[in-house]
Amino acid sequence: MPTQAIEFRDVTFTRPGGRAVLEGFSLSIDRGETLALVGRSGAGKSTTLKLVNRLLLPESGTVLVDGRDTRDWEPIRLRRHIGYVLQEVGLFPHMSIADNVGIVPRLEGWPDDRIAESVRAMLELVGLPPQQFASRWPDELSGGQRQRVGVARALAIDPPILLMDEPFGALDPITRAELQREFRRIQERLRKTVMIVTHDMAEAFALGDRVGVLDAGTLAACDVPDAVASSQDPRVRQLLDALPRVPGLLG
Amino acid sequence: MRCRAFRACSAETDVQAVITFWSSHRAELAALLGQHVILVAISTSIAVLVGVPLGVFAARRPRVAAPMIGFANVVQTVPSLAMFGFLLPVPFVGGVGARAALVVLTLYGLLPIVRTTIAGLRTIDPAIREAGVALGMTTRELLRYVEMPLALPSIVAGVRVAAVVGVGSATIAAAIGAGGLGEYIYRGLSMVDTTVILAGAIPAALLALTVDAALLWVERQLSARRRPRASRRTAVIGVAVAAVVVVSSGLAARKAGGAIVVGSKNFTEQIILGELLAQTIEREGVPVSRRLNLGGTLICDRALMTGDVDVYVEYTGTALTAIFRQPIDSDPHAVFETVRTAYARTGRTLLPPLGFNNTFAILVRGTDARAKGLRTIDDAARESPAWRAGFGYEFVERPDGFAGLARTYGLRFPRPPLVLDLTLSYRALASGQVDVIAGDATAGLIKGLDLVQLEDNRRYFPPYDAAPVARAETLLRYPRVREAIERLGGRVSAADMRAMNYLADVEHRDITTVVREFLARLR
Repeated sequence: MPTQAIEFRDVTFTRPGGRAVLEGFSLSIDRGETLALVGRSGAGKSTTLKLVNRLLLPESGTVLVDGRDTRDWEPIRLRRHIGYVLQEVGLFPHMSIADNVGIVPRLEGWPDDRIAESVRAMLELVGLPPQQFASRWPDELSGGQRQRVGVARALAIDPPILLMDEPFGALDPITRAELQREFRRIQERLRKTVMIVTHDMAEAFALGDRVGVLDAGTLAACDVPDAVASSQDPRVRQLLDALPRVPGLLG
Repeated sequence: MRCRAFRACSAETDVQAVITFWSSHRAELAALLGQHVILVAISTSIAVLVGVPLGVFAARRPRVAAPMIGFANVVQTVPSLAMFGFLLPVPFVGGVGARAALVVLTLYGLLPIVRTTIAGLRTIDPAIREAGVALGMTTRELLRYVEMPLALPSIVAGVRVAAVVGVGSATIAAAIGAGGLGEYIYRGLSMVDTTVILAGAIPAALLALTVDAALLWVERQLSARRRPRASRRTAVIGVAVAAVVVVSSGLAARKAGGAIVVGSKNFTEQIILGELLAQTIEREGVPVSRRLNLGGTLICDRALMTGDVDVYVEYTGTALTAIFRQPIDSDPHAVFETVRTAYARTGRTLLPPLGFNNTFAILVRGTDARAKGLRTIDDAARESPAWRAGFGYEFVERPDGFAGLARTYGLRFPRPPLVLDLTLSYRALASGQVDVIAGDATAGLIKGLDLVQLEDNRRYFPPYDAAPVARAETLLRYPRVREAIERLGGRVSAADMRAMNYLADVEHRDITTVVREFLARLR
């Protein structure tokens, strides 16, 4: 098995409208690594994720998952091999929390007791006590709790890869910080290959083992956070300069 | 409620009369209600089984959806009676009886179900659908776990509309002999008897309200976000109750089935004659299905041809001109022979005439006749420039109808005749809305409403001897039935017929009883 879980090789993707979103984009993510991809809104971050689980196919170039071209993957198998946490969470409003978390195991045809066991374990993992949350409904939960359920759902059949699309974008700063801490705790334990996209450089620094900066369809930088933070590339500086400065904390 | 000249008119008497009618027709009411429920249940079920997959298909292909909805809309705007008319000549799905009614009711049910299925699927948040795809759902799994559950409340709303519309449209199905509560409504209309109309209309309305409330409840249960496990038990109970209702309706409706199907056209005399045939056959120990009140001549003829009806009473002159398109002839024997031969060629047997000639009667008000000394149609021709005429649909269209009459007598009405229901025309004449009509010579209302028949002094109308006509194969299978019907030949005089019509139309006696008493006197 190759050491790269995800690899983009010279990928070009054009929206049906005609504008090129990715042009000659290359990136590789090691097994067990968390890569945070930062970019401005509309830079093509979500598109990048959708190319991984074959919601989209590249126009030219290849996307490899576990060393295999996504074109050669059976799409359903590929998607169940990859957990996906969506920007709008996308919980099913007609299902209880337990049913939401247990949906992929159910699709996989697991027996009921094994599904129940997995649901319990996942809810505990994301910090939602099952006896309190399992039978509740998505609209009874706060935004942060819903996002935790989204993570639990994505991890229910223990996929080796996890994609996260602006997972904490819609949350208030305190909840966001709490969930980011929680995420690092979970990731310490699970060591999944995670590709997370965000428009927030601070979040990328907080979560990523490496941080990639997406600009004009190509990778402007991709390195450990410290290296990116000291980059002199104007495309990177632009994003760094947008970070808030708290008086007395820096310099 | 509008008052009628010859009947006490107050709300209480009407309510009492309806209740009395129900209690004296319990078994029949149960059978008709049963037929009604079965018609609606089956047609709505088929509409769901066809409409939901169609809706799912169309929701994914917008290019298909628009023309499909357009077509369904067009179907919906066709009046149900016209739809039954279109289907009459269509083999297998058409004709008369429950099958054709089911086809029509199903077509009506499709539109709301297809539309709400499409709407239910289209209003699902795209993010939720995308979540399903991203989690690795196949198209089918997405439909089963996400799309259908979310669209279900909307679909059930469509089923509700379909079922309620179905209860209403099913009343019209009685026109083609499919049974149901519409039978009372049609019977009441042709007898101009509000009691009988209400006897059918009230249960139909209650049925519609019940169906509406029941499905609204289901809809609410489904759209409630919290669906605790306990409500599954409620749902099971609901389904069980519905199943019991449908099964018992089926049992009630079955009692109406029989070996020989007797038909009739849609006016009182025909219903009496149909009942006369039915009781005569039943006395031979053969069970009978009554498809009385079937609409006009051509519907009955078509039904006899296709075997939906085994026997009904036709009039020789009507068969000659309207069915077989032969020239008018005034010799009764010649007409009978011509018609009998024509029927024989198409596998049907004309049995001996019952004994009365129900010619068209050109009728005027008694007061006019006496004041102006009107005796013949020639006398009427003189007055015609100042008159308004009102005729039934058939009389306007038939070759032995209005056009020839006007030519023969030189009638010159200032305006074209008002076209209205035959039965209503008597009342329109009596109340002065029209001045001359073409009724039936044996109509009981002639005496009841003080109308006068003008003499056909130029012998325009051919003879209209009433004679039963039956499918030859049925008569071969039941020779005793044939003998029994033949024994009726010559036994029903014009006076007998007028008396029975009078009892039914004016005294509002129950037709079954009137016929039973008549048959008892014949022995």
